[in-house]
Amino acid sequence: MPQTLTEKILSKAAGREVTPGDVTEIKVDIVAFHDLTGYHVIEVMEKAGMMKIFDKSKLVIAFDHLAPPPDVRSAEIQDQIRAFVKKMSVPNFHDINVGILHQLLLEKYANPGYVIVAADSHTTTSGAVGAFAQGLGASDIAAAVITGKTWVMVPQPFKIVLEGKPGKWINGKDVALKILGDFKADYFNGMSIEVYVKEPSAFPMDFRATVSNMGIEMNADALMFVPDSETVNYIKANRGYEPPLVTPDHGVKYVDEYTIDLSKLEPLVAAPHSVDNVKGVSEVEGIEVDQVYIGSCTNGRLSDFEMAAKIMKGRKVKTRCIAIPASYELFKKAMELGYIETLVQAGCVVTYGTCGPCLGGHFGVAGPNEVIVSTSSRNFKGRMGSADSKVYLSGPAVAAATAVEGKITDPRRFP
Amino acid sequence: MIVEGKVLKFGDKIDTDIIIPARYLKYTDPQYLAQHAMEPIDPEFYKKASAGVILVAGKVFGMGSSREQAAIALKAAGVKAIIAESFARIFFRNAINNGLPVITLPNATKEINEGDFVKVNVETGEIIVNNTKVLKGKGITGMPLEILKMGGIMNYLKSINQPN
Repeated sequence: MPQTLTEKILSKAAGREVTPGDVTEIKVDIVAFHDLTGYHVIEVMEKAGMMKIFDKSKLVIAFDHLAPPPDVRSAEIQDQIRAFVKKMSVPNFHDINVGILHQLLLEKYANPGYVIVAADSHTTTSGAVGAFAQGLGASDIAAAVITGKTWVMVPQPFKIVLEGKPGKWINGKDVALKILGDFKADYFNGMSIEVYVKEPSAFPMDFRATVSNMGIEMNADALMFVPDSETVNYIKANRGYEPPLVTPDHGVKYVDEYTIDLSKLEPLVAAPHSVDNVKGVSEVEGIEVDQVYIGSCTNGRLSDFEMAAKIMKGRKVKTRCIAIPASYELFKKAMELGYIETLVQAGCVVTYGTCGPCLGGHFGVAGPNEVIVSTSSRNFKGRMGSADSKVYLSGPAVAAATAVEGKITDPRRFP
Repeated sequence: MIVEGKVLKFGDKIDTDIIIPARYLKYTDPQYLAQHAMEPIDPEFYKKASAGVILVAGKVFGMGSSREQAAIALKAAGVKAIIAESFARIFFRNAINNGLPVITLPNATKEINEGDFVKVNVETGEIIVNNTKVLKGKGITGMPLEILKMGGIMNYLKSINQPN
């Protein structure tokens, strides 16, 4: 029987042929956690009296949510995890100066066909290279750390095709928001989305990572890009090797299929307080904004800062603007390419590798009645701070244009 | 496994940032978390839930983050079970892993009202409303039921992985 990417990966991980609806135990290739969930994972392992790691080379730990620590408890949490890393001799540990977990998984660890589970919902990001990647709670991750296994119900596969080339200010975010606007946030519950890109180079890895990242906002079990030449080029450029490709078989059946013509997309936003409250940017232009955030595991990559820098070059921001590349490597490249200088000259506050503002943690928490434009993934009530703040989600072009104008602005006004 | 209680009702897309905001995630103590459950939309929730309640909600209850504290907070606040039209996958597992029964029932928000008294059979999914109306939801079976009965995934692991 021809297999979807989902069936192929999960059958291999289960050690038997599985089809949608099957509940099965699977082996994992990578298990990961960060500081804010990691202490909880370790606590569960301690309580169970099972302090062991199935394969140390397959555990990845990164500090990002509480990096650098905003308070004493956060510092204490990180110290507890450092002690665990030392005691258990965990090799793949990344302290506060390396990057956001999902970006590191993408840069350094994820391969096509892998099963990746991590104690964070945005684990779906690694689907960008064709890994079956999903978030789990602390207890499930503790079990996976100990045994190297977890269980899944094999999801129903849905096919999305991307064709054409995106316009100048269009980004992966606009594709993610297009899907959310058209289908709404509950549609893909229990499904895995497999995305085929007709012209691989027209939709680069940065864009793919944004769409996979927001697979969780679509409530998809996984959102995977079918590995192609772009996948190989990305992994080769970052790690120096060509990964073996795992792809769906020809003639395979999906529950349904949907095509997006990238050339027809306009810049989109998700208005408060829901990821699927999607509007064209022209519908919300002119709304006064207090703070803009460009960064996160959703849109904190090089192409995001390239877009933002193009708009901010030679201009000053009128809102507060916080810019956070997702990793040290990205920050360094953005510095070499002059993007960081442009953002700093424009008046942005810049750091790297923290999740802070996205979850209302630190480094720019939203105050009461404030309006935020953010390139992150969630605009739920109270997500970025006060329950009385309002968050508009967008790609980096809308965010940068908004920052320099002080109100929500269509980036197409910038030549 | 039968649970019963009065209904507190919510709409669609109750997300994890509503169930327990991220600023409370630095601790796992159930009583601490319970006091902040549902805080952004109802700061009095933990008082209302303390007598022991059944939540009824719409679609993708628990969508968003993987924070296990969402399930811990609701259970500690007094929630005995959640009946929703659908659940987000991670929350569903977190609930099971913390011994909180989750029953899927299409049209739950149309069939059941705030203040109704419901009796839920967790395994069969049968729901009796005000001792009169009988509804058939999707109960918990298979591996999730085993995990739920043992009070969580770690107990389940211990039971199948006897230490050497």
